[in-house]
Amino acid sequence: MIYQIPYIAVVALILIGLYAIIFRRNLIKMVIGITLIESGVNLFLITLAFQKDSTAPIYHGSETGLTMSLPVPHALTLTSIVIGVAVTALMLTLVIHIYKHYQTLDARKIGMEGDEE
Amino acid sequence: MSGMSRIVKTVTNITFPLVLIYGLYVIAHGHLTPGGGFQGGAVVASGLAMILVAYGSVWTMKKINEKHLSALESLGALGFIGLAFLGLIFGTWFFNNYLVGNEILFGEIGRGAANIYTAGVIPLMNFAVGLKVIAGLFAIVLVMAYATRLKEGK
Amino acid sequence: MSLRNSVAVIFFLLIAIFFVFSAFITHPFGEFNNENSPEMDQYIIDNTQNETGADNGVTSVVFDYRGFDTLGEATVLFTAVAGVIILFRRLKK
Repeated sequence: MIYQIPYIAVVALILIGLYAIIFRRNLIKMVIGITLIESGVNLFLITLAFQKDSTAPIYHGSETGLTMSLPVPHALTLTSIVIGVAVTALMLTLVIHIYKHYQTLDARKIGMEGDEE
Repeated sequence: MSGMSRIVKTVTNITFPLVLIYGLYVIAHGHLTPGGGFQGGAVVASGLAMILVAYGSVWTMKKINEKHLSALESLGALGFIGLAFLGLIFGTWFFNNYLVGNEILFGEIGRGAANIYTAGVIPLMNFAVGLKVIAGLFAIVLVMAYATRLKEGK
Repeated sequence: MSLRNSVAVIFFLLIAIFFVFSAFITHPFGEFNNENSPEMDQYIIDNTQNETGADNGVTSVVFDYRGFDTLGEATVLFTAVAGVIILFRRLKK
C-alpha cells in the first residue's frame, strides 16, 4: 500500500483539475484546472524513473557500480514542463482578449449573443 | 503600471546581480551539475521579472523594446540549429557531437573530476538555449504588463 | 440545463472510477521485474562518459542522445512567444 502513494497523488491531482474544468464557470479557474492536470502528468513521469536505493544520474567522483535513476523520463519531463508554460501563456492571452470584448468572464454568457433573437 | 517605493528599488538593485550570476552559473555548468539551458534561463527570467515589477512597466519599456528581445531570441534559435548542422558539415550525420575527442574546443572526456573543458557541443548548445529562454520568457511578461497598463488608461 | 449537468456528472464519475481503480493495480513503485528491466537506460548510464564526455546523464540525454526532441521543444517555445507578441500588437497603436 505504501508503494502506491505517488500514484494516488497523481490521480488526486488529475481528478481535481478535471473537476475544475467541467464544473466551474470562471475562465481563470478553467485555466488553473488545465495547469493542475499538467502538474499531475509531470509527477507521473518522474515517478516512473525511480529504482530502489538509487541516486541522481550524475557522476561526481570515481566510484563505479552505483545504482542510478533512469535519465530518459527526466528528459521527457523537462520537455513537458516547457510546453506547459507555452500553452498557459497562450491561454491567458486569449482570456485577456475575451475580457476586452465581452466585459465578462462567465463561460456560459460568452457565445450566447446569436441565440437571443 | 507605476513602480514601487524607494526601499523596494534599492533592495532590487542589490539582489538582481546575485540572481543574474546564479542563473548564468546554472547555465554554464549544465554538463557537470544538475541544470542546463532551460533551468538557468528560467532563473534569469525571474530576476528580470523582478526588475519589471519594482521599476514599473513605463520605465522598463523605455529601456528595452520587444523588437530587441525578438532579435535575441532568434539569435539563440539560429545558434542551436547551426550547432546541430556542425555534424553534417564535418561529414557524418545530423546532431553528431563532433567536438568530443578533437582538439578544437571543449574536447576532453569527463572522468567525474568536474572538468569544465569537456563534453563537446553540449556547453555551446546550453548557451544558445539559455539565451532563447531568457529572451522568450521576458518578452511574454513584458508584453502582458503593457496590456494591463492600457486597460487602466481607458 | 439539468440534462447537461447530469451527463457531465456521469462522465466525471466514470473517469474517476477508472483512474482510482488503476492507481491500485500498478506495479510497486521502484521495482523492476525481468519483463520490464531498463536496458536502454542501463546502456546510457554506462556509456555516457565515454561517448559524450559529459558527467551529467540527463543533459547528455536531452542534448545528445535525444537532441531532436529538444529541437521540437525549442520550436514550440518560439511559436508560443511569437503568438503572444502578435496578439498584443494591435493594442499598442
